[in-house]
Amino acid sequence: MPNLVQDISAFIAPERVLHSREDLLAYGYDGTAALHGVAAAVVMARTTAEVQALVKYCAEHGIAVVGRGSGTGLSGGSVPSNGCVVLCLTQMDKVLELDEKNLTILVECGVITAKVAEIADGAGLLYPPDPGSMRISTIGGNVAENSGGLRGLKYGITRDYVMGMEVVLADGSLVWLGNKCVKDVAGYSMKDIFIGSEGTLGIITKILLKLVPRPQAKKTMLATYSRMDAAADTVSAIIAAKIIPCTLEFLDKITLNCVEDYAKIGLPRDAEAILLMEADGHPAAVEDQAAKMVEIAKQCGATDVQIARDADEATRLASARRTAFSALARVSPTTILEDATVPRSELAKMIRFVQEVGVRHRLKIGTFGHMGDGNLHPTFLTDEKNLDEMARVEIAMKEIFDFAISLGGTITGEHGVGLAKKPFLPAAIGEASLGLMKKLKAALDPKGILNPGKIFD
Amino acid sequence: MHSPTLESPLPPSPGAKSVYLKDLDFGVLAQCIHCGLCLPTCPTYDDTKLERHSPRGRIQLMKNVAEGRLDVTPTFAEEMYFCLGCLACETACPAGVDYTRMFEEARGDIERTGVLNTESRSWIRGLLLRGVFTRPWLLRLIGRGMYLYQTSGAEWLMRKFGLIRLAPKNLRELEPLAPRIRPDFSDDLISEIETPDAKARARVGMLTGCVQDLTYSHVNRDTVDVLLANGCEVVTPRMQHCCGSLHGHNGEIEIAKDMARRNIDAMERSAGSLDDLDAILTNAGGCGSHLKNYDHLLHDDPRYAARAVQWSGKVKDIHEFLISLGVVKPTHSLAEPNGKPLEITYHESCHLCHGQKITKQPRDLLKLIPGVKLIELPESSWCCGSAGVYNITQPEMSMKLLERKMGNIAKTKASVVANGNPGCSVQLEFGTRKHGNDVEIAHPMTLLARSYRGERQ
Repeated sequence: MPNLVQDISAFIAPERVLHSREDLLAYGYDGTAALHGVAAAVVMARTTAEVQALVKYCAEHGIAVVGRGSGTGLSGGSVPSNGCVVLCLTQMDKVLELDEKNLTILVECGVITAKVAEIADGAGLLYPPDPGSMRISTIGGNVAENSGGLRGLKYGITRDYVMGMEVVLADGSLVWLGNKCVKDVAGYSMKDIFIGSEGTLGIITKILLKLVPRPQAKKTMLATYSRMDAAADTVSAIIAAKIIPCTLEFLDKITLNCVEDYAKIGLPRDAEAILLMEADGHPAAVEDQAAKMVEIAKQCGATDVQIARDADEATRLASARRTAFSALARVSPTTILEDATVPRSELAKMIRFVQEVGVRHRLKIGTFGHMGDGNLHPTFLTDEKNLDEMARVEIAMKEIFDFAISLGGTITGEHGVGLAKKPFLPAAIGEASLGLMKKLKAALDPKGILNPGKIFD
Repeated sequence: MHSPTLESPLPPSPGAKSVYLKDLDFGVLAQCIHCGLCLPTCPTYDDTKLERHSPRGRIQLMKNVAEGRLDVTPTFAEEMYFCLGCLACETACPAGVDYTRMFEEARGDIERTGVLNTESRSWIRGLLLRGVFTRPWLLRLIGRGMYLYQTSGAEWLMRKFGLIRLAPKNLRELEPLAPRIRPDFSDDLISEIETPDAKARARVGMLTGCVQDLTYSHVNRDTVDVLLANGCEVVTPRMQHCCGSLHGHNGEIEIAKDMARRNIDAMERSAGSLDDLDAILTNAGGCGSHLKNYDHLLHDDPRYAARAVQWSGKVKDIHEFLISLGVVKPTHSLAEPNGKPLEITYHESCHLCHGQKITKQPRDLLKLIPGVKLIELPESSWCCGSAGVYNITQPEMSMKLLERKMGNIAKTKASVVANGNPGCSVQLEFGTRKHGNDVEIAHPMTLLARSYRGERQ
């Protein structure tokens, strides 16, 4: 074993090669419950050249490299494997170019998602993907995990905004993929292979993102329900009515009460469920869509539909919604978040099944999610020290995944596989698809140094 | 699932075993789900982008200390003193993590194990925390000495002829930070019992503080004037003790308890009984946060536990109290002679906004004053770097934060910065002296009192 810290300090400033016990413990986790690992060193890179040098060194010595942004991932994708080098990219945070003629922005991978959104907004543009952690998540992390957000329904997810990227490959060589062209069919769409690759195929260092014009108007509504499946029915009916709002967010009673405990914005605590709905676009179209959505919500059994008075109130509602997962942690010592996703026509069935599973296994489950995308976050409110209950959580989790798959759904809509979903992946995608992924991994990272043990073994 | 294996690859950690954190309820530590939403609000993380300098990183270290995987090492101790204790993370935390509790226990561990002890540190801490701040008469004596130094011409001579260079280094660096001492103490300006002209609407106890008493005794007088104008009878115990927040936040938990007991006794002596008071008031944000916590601090003291619960129930910040009482609108305008409104901006003391969640009331009070225009301060709740004794112990970070604050203040172009905490005032006044600008730093009570007193002229 080489003297890793000393060697790396030869090409990266020693104060950015962390190796104290305290530092290693502080980089031993991400946003996922109950997952820890210990790296041999944590390197804070500042340039692409440093990333290349580090990857090259690790490739030569067969040392694992685990890329990391702000560490807010929810599937353990950036949890270090023991003895690896954590490559932390938060200090590569320069915004390189805003191109208002082509509506693109070029940034380094460590730029915070909210900053991209702010800069776009300042130019009258919109960067739509808005994951819950956007105030701290890095754009590189978003691309590596292919993050979603609250606006996926109308605007899509991170993948839909990546036009190009600079990637450091597993041997330390550098490649640029994509460009500013709207159309480009020159060979394989290689950038798409790296989007959502969870740091297992390459280290993304620069990203060219697409921006869209900021919608002129938006309207935010809050529908209240006395039955959870009525909220699901509303979503299915809105989609079936050929309306594509930008947001349809669902919170059940437990979740909305936790959010209210924190945000204190006057959510209806007695409701069984609420639906946060948002339409945006041309003012006339927004008015029309909003009116139809209110009508559909009422037809489907909403007991009340409130319209946000102004932009401030709308922002408060959306911001509060973004805290749902963390707010649920108020209830119990351990909070395990899932990410099951089904076709939107199957939502009511899925919601009822989650409820039924909770009752049958005597578990407390708070459910919220991006209902317009069919993406639910059933969240187990449990205690890792209660082994009996944890065993029931494992069973319930598997049942929920199996049911989602049987409805034509998936085990993860936006959090990625990482470590947490790894055991469920083969059943979800099948042997042929898994085999293809493994071939790709072997071709791009023959030594298996990039984030080993994530997605699959 | 990937199980925690934190034993083998970690470097050793020379240090001592925890006493306080080890006994802390598991639930308090487990409350943090390491989602990372606190990171963007933490001044030390924002500056360094290092996980160890973030609330989440610190909590992780405290958790490891509590569980015995990390000793109370010098690095851990330095980390816990690098934290400002501004509690912005508590405001940001949807999960409701009690950072204050963990952080005080951690500093308790650090002092108990003595890992940071050096001769000079122990001497200074002994002198300040155990000597001066536990003895009101000694504090006043020092205050008198400083007043004479500042007013007799000695300070002018020292600076003019560079004699200050002969002073020990520590003292020399602190000298410019020293606040201007007032000629009178609160006891000289306020009678033990003061009654309003008409029948009293409420009977309140008034806490004069220690730094406030030394450097801003006029703010205490102004506070009493405001209370009288609002029809309150005011009881002000003589020779009050420090509230103990300095001790509580700096690992001297036993002294903090003693200070709490003395304050409860003193208030009972002057007021007859706590039952005879409608509220116990403080005008210092930093003190208020701690004063409200006496119930927890003394919960295992059989003689004081019940009285401390009563005490905590009655302690109110002055702004909070006036709004809940229903404030009498001041009628005298503070506008300039040419009719131009007095432009005021409001800086939020951390322990008022994050510690006590009081943000709206001070602004509402300022807006009530005729002839005042309140201009919102960018990043109003970002710490100014004062943070108790932080500006003395961590001058580098403290000055970075002060510069950021002064920059934001300059953006508002306001002529007055209102704020409700003496520690912030000392820091901001140092900032204005350093920048040579003539912005006035004033407590909202001073501004209100000016308006009320104008009515009577």
